[in-house]
Amino acid sequence: MHPTEPKLLRAYGDREGDGMVQMSFTLQLPKGARAREAAKRFAESHGLKEPLVSTMEECAEGYCYFVVYGHSQHSVDVTNLEVPDVEVPRLEIKEVDHRILTRLGRKLVVVGACTGSDAHTVGIDAILNMKGYAGEKGLEAYKGFDAYNMGAQVENDQLIERALALSADAILVSQVITQRNCHKENGRALVELLEKRGLRKQFVLLFGGPRVDHKLALDLGFDAGFGPGTRPGDVASYLVHRLCGEGEEHAKN
Amino acid sequence: MAQVPVDEKLVARCRELAAQVAGDVQTYVDRHTTVGVERVMVRALGVIGTDDQGVPLVNALVERLRVSGQLPMGASFALGRSVVEHGGSLQDAAERLAYGPELDQVDPKAAISSDVITSARKALAAATDAALDRIDRARDEREALRARFPPPNDVPHKYVIVATGNIYDDAVQAKAAAHAGADVVAVIRATAQSLLDYVPEGATTEGFGGTFATQENFAIVRRALDEASHRHQRYVQQTNYSSGLCMAEIAWMAAVERLDMLLNDAMYGILFRDINMCRTFIDQYVSRRFVARSGIVINTGEDNYLTTADAVEKAHTVLSSQFINEAFAHRAGLKDEQLGLGHAYEINPWIEDSFLMELAQAQMVRQIFSRHPIKWMPPTKHKTGDIFQAHVHDAMFNLVGITTNQSIQLLGMFSEAVHNPLLMDRYLSLKATRYVFTAARHLGEEISFKPGGRIEQRAQLVLAEAHAQLEDVVGRSIWNAIEEGAFADVKRSRTGGKGFAGIVEKAPGYLNPVLEKLEGK
Repeated sequence: MHPTEPKLLRAYGDREGDGMVQMSFTLQLPKGARAREAAKRFAESHGLKEPLVSTMEECAEGYCYFVVYGHSQHSVDVTNLEVPDVEVPRLEIKEVDHRILTRLGRKLVVVGACTGSDAHTVGIDAILNMKGYAGEKGLEAYKGFDAYNMGAQVENDQLIERALALSADAILVSQVITQRNCHKENGRALVELLEKRGLRKQFVLLFGGPRVDHKLALDLGFDAGFGPGTRPGDVASYLVHRLCGEGEEHAKN
Repeated sequence: MAQVPVDEKLVARCRELAAQVAGDVQTYVDRHTTVGVERVMVRALGVIGTDDQGVPLVNALVERLRVSGQLPMGASFALGRSVVEHGGSLQDAAERLAYGPELDQVDPKAAISSDVITSARKALAAATDAALDRIDRARDEREALRARFPPPNDVPHKYVIVATGNIYDDAVQAKAAAHAGADVVAVIRATAQSLLDYVPEGATTEGFGGTFATQENFAIVRRALDEASHRHQRYVQQTNYSSGLCMAEIAWMAAVERLDMLLNDAMYGILFRDINMCRTFIDQYVSRRFVARSGIVINTGEDNYLTTADAVEKAHTVLSSQFINEAFAHRAGLKDEQLGLGHAYEINPWIEDSFLMELAQAQMVRQIFSRHPIKWMPPTKHKTGDIFQAHVHDAMFNLVGITTNQSIQLLGMFSEAVHNPLLMDRYLSLKATRYVFTAARHLGEEISFKPGGRIEQRAQLVLAEAHAQLEDVVGRSIWNAIEEGAFADVKRSRTGGKGFAGIVEKAPGYLNPVLEKLEGK
């Protein structure tokens, strides 16, 4: 292994620079020499040199599934990558509670929901519910938070009304279903609704889900985005930094 | 044959307790009806159609009866009386009552003589017989096809889902799945449908997370699977969802369109869709009356408990709920052979001996519910985007399925955490499952578990905890137990949730001849 990271990276197979990748895909072709050749060409047009069709099987009538290995000719320049990410130091539960209660002098109120037709509460439950996720307790378990989980299939205006009624500090939106980008539409619609009512600045707005990242959330007009693997403590730490002073530790854009 | 020790006395006590739960609920159910129940009866009596906005006639009719205070006598009564007094067919009567002024001329408070009820009943007699005939004919047709193209004797049957949102694409995918070896194909429903208080009409091509359940969509997929059954000389089963606010109507549609299975649970809607518990208890009963008559196999939803509650600590809630689901189903006339009680491989795979715990529970459930076509669900909660790891995870799940002889196995998809399964994902899942099922076909017959070992102890612990929970639920009443979060760590109030406004207390002369027939009266 090289001690320093090269600037132009190729995929690493079993030695540097070999560019080895695998891809698997389906083509609407019956199994045979023609299909094999088509798969090879298909891989080549993706930049794979010397493609090896390691598997060709009929996965449905008239459809073939392939696994192909090849040397990718592409490389990636890692010197100029802009990666917006929520970068705040992780705080322990005790520290979160301590900072909220000493700096804010009251509990921090958060309202969360999975909006639109999406019926999956798994994400919002993981962050808000007592039980939490991956061994970490959810915000309900914190002394510093009043956490309200409205569950799934909540309309944006319902969510806003609830946030107003509770004088919430933050609104958490979870989106699991991503068919035809409905997660983006649902998220954008909430931001627009808040803006129309002149309420956007009143809440810290967080967006989460398996297909969400910080950049997407910012693009949609949220304050921060949390993707797969996010733990309740990540969200709690962010909210503390955002709402309890420490301006310099805001999310880096 | 590998067996875990099961304390038969304890199991008998669990069944006794579950029967008490179901009995308690049944006294409530028998005194009430819902808008969903009334709509399905109107459908069964042959009323069809929608208005120009797509609102089903049955909805317009039942809603108008509800608002005018005439639902306590039942929609069937209103139809029957209208035919007696104004002539025409039941369809004519439904249209008159829904859209015309006739209903406003009825004083809902006026006493109804028994003669009027008797004559209304007479007016409904032919349509009532026709409703039951339709169910029976569909059942006979299904049984004839199953006799002609026998489904495989070997279990578990391989169950896959399709979920394109477009019913015509679903039909293509369903045939592809059958070609790749699937025994059962489920069309996943659009995510919001469980909360719709009407069933959409016609073929649909748009839906998020799945495809709408409509009668026409059922027929389209049935045709595709009938073709596949002929082609592969092996009967391919069709599944959909009788759940949510229209569970009874969907059960009727599935019965007459010859579906083979329905996801149908006594408590799922309460816990996971926040549908009112009173509403759900009434609707599930009536839906299951249709299911019982039609010979459909239900799949219950206990697997879902483990997606919100911890699969190690709360494993017993699955078992206690299975006892309760069984008791409710028996109350509705279902046979054990129709009860695909659900459970799932949802223990954190990185916990030491997680596989042993899964094996213990699956074997115990198999033994306790020995005649039931048990539904075994794959890991979902602990799947990540690492599809290679997920494929291994599913292989372990498959190994438990074949070793413990589960009946219906919903196949895991390695891309579970990424997207709806691609054509090749489903194929690879079926291939891997075929491998494990073939390679370990008789493993369960060849092994035995170490007496007093980890697997036996785990099974005993879960049964003991389930028994304790059932004692507790009966002590508190099921109503309070649900309010206090006894299942899935979810709390629901007796009057909260969706659909509560659609419950009506029956009047003394309440008329529902279709339900009476289904109840064998």
